[in-house]
Amino acid sequence: MKIGVLALQGDFAEHIAMLKRLNVEASEVRLPEHLNGLDGLIIPGGESTTIGKLAVAYNLMDSLKTFGQRHAIWGTCAGAIFLSKDIGRDQPLLELMDIKVQRNAFGRQIDSFETNLDIPELKQATGTKEDYHAVFIRAPIIESVSGDAKILASVSDGRIVAAQQGHLLATSFHPELTNDTRFHEYFLTLVD
Amino acid sequence: MEVKTGTWTEKKGLAQMLKGGVIMDVVTAEHAKIAEDAGACAVMALERVPADIRADGGVARMSDPELILKIIDSVSIPVMAKCRIGHFVEAQILESLGVDYIDESEVLTPADESNHILKHNFKVPFVCGCRNLGEALRRVGEGAAMIRTKGEAGTGDVVEAVRHARTVLGDIRKLTTMADEELMRYSKEIGAPYELVKETKELGRMPVVNFAAGGVATPADAALMMQLGVDGVFVGSGIFKSGDPAKRANAIVKAVTHYQDASILAEVSKNLGEAMVGRNVSQMPEAEKIAGRGW
Repeated sequence: MKIGVLALQGDFAEHIAMLKRLNVEASEVRLPEHLNGLDGLIIPGGESTTIGKLAVAYNLMDSLKTFGQRHAIWGTCAGAIFLSKDIGRDQPLLELMDIKVQRNAFGRQIDSFETNLDIPELKQATGTKEDYHAVFIRAPIIESVSGDAKILASVSDGRIVAAQQGHLLATSFHPELTNDTRFHEYFLTLVD
Repeated sequence: MEVKTGTWTEKKGLAQMLKGGVIMDVVTAEHAKIAEDAGACAVMALERVPADIRADGGVARMSDPELILKIIDSVSIPVMAKCRIGHFVEAQILESLGVDYIDESEVLTPADESNHILKHNFKVPFVCGCRNLGEALRRVGEGAAMIRTKGEAGTGDVVEAVRHARTVLGDIRKLTTMADEELMRYSKEIGAPYELVKETKELGRMPVVNFAAGGVATPADAALMMQLGVDGVFVGSGIFKSGDPAKRANAIVKAVTHYQDASILAEVSKNLGEAMVGRNVSQMPEAEKIAGRGW
């Protein structure tokens, strides 16, 4: 199994380090040809406007859309924004997932937070009981899901912070900034 | 559900989101829009770019809060702002405005000639400049969640940024080959907290994100810094003191992503118009250099 990490901008090195901890081969993706031979892709945290502009400039939009029709993709934070259909403003989106996302929904950096989430699917898939400690940084929320997209996790006030649509996964938070590999393990179960 | 804000993970984490990106100095909301449209991962809001601070002389202070708020309102990307070294009240004001990162910067006139701000006292994260590993780890010890080389701001001459990056990264390479029992002596020698020296050795890198700054003016300069091993690049006067800021800004963003691809670097370096005029640091009188500020 070989997983690519979109390396246009953001914390792609942190995702690669997590994959290596799980003994999974990982590579950086900056150009369309770097997708060849990959079984799955992670779109990291970063600035979604920067990542979108660079994806357009280097002809990655169509290649990524095609890749996502057959292969697993997981977007964290900026990556979740990039996977979505609608964010209520004009910036490049892959429109692969039937989710509506709002950027910087919790406020500015001083409002960024850590909290525990109860994610039944994650516990079941990894055979664990502990809640998931999630790190949110200038995080987006998933305002709504439609079509085949399902809610995976919400914070206590009900706002959606993780969703899944078949082999596509979106999280508002950053599993790559923790020592808990369960979310990466969960993503790998979506890769075939 | 317990919620924690302002944690060390949160502070360091925002800098991790900026990696592989370009942070641009902007002096108006219009500049900030140009920077965002060009692909900047964050902007630094200030009244004058370093080249103008140099030209104007006098005391350089925190920018007008009104200007910072206008810039915050104009873009969706993170906004940073500078306070003077040691001026913790300027930092309190910037925090209250909602800036996403504070740069305790040698570009402004220092307010304290012995002490930096105790940055652990704040919820907002800080970035600080350094010239070597000891200085970097002293700042991290005070609570800086991100480090940048100082370079020589406002000159358009990359030589000092290269010197500082080579020194910091070289110091780390040296540290990784030391025996554990040598670390206390090394901590004493470079004036850095022992625990952070130990952590740096274990990680084999700076314990926080490490950007280059000070004198970057071209896509090639930015890629040079990336190949030397930094995590991203600040560009100050280099963009808005050039002939075609939007085009140059976009070219530098692309150069930081594709820093190892010479054919892309050649492509983005074409027809950028005039670079900022620049000042040769080796011919500058010592008194005009600002990288020495910081203790």
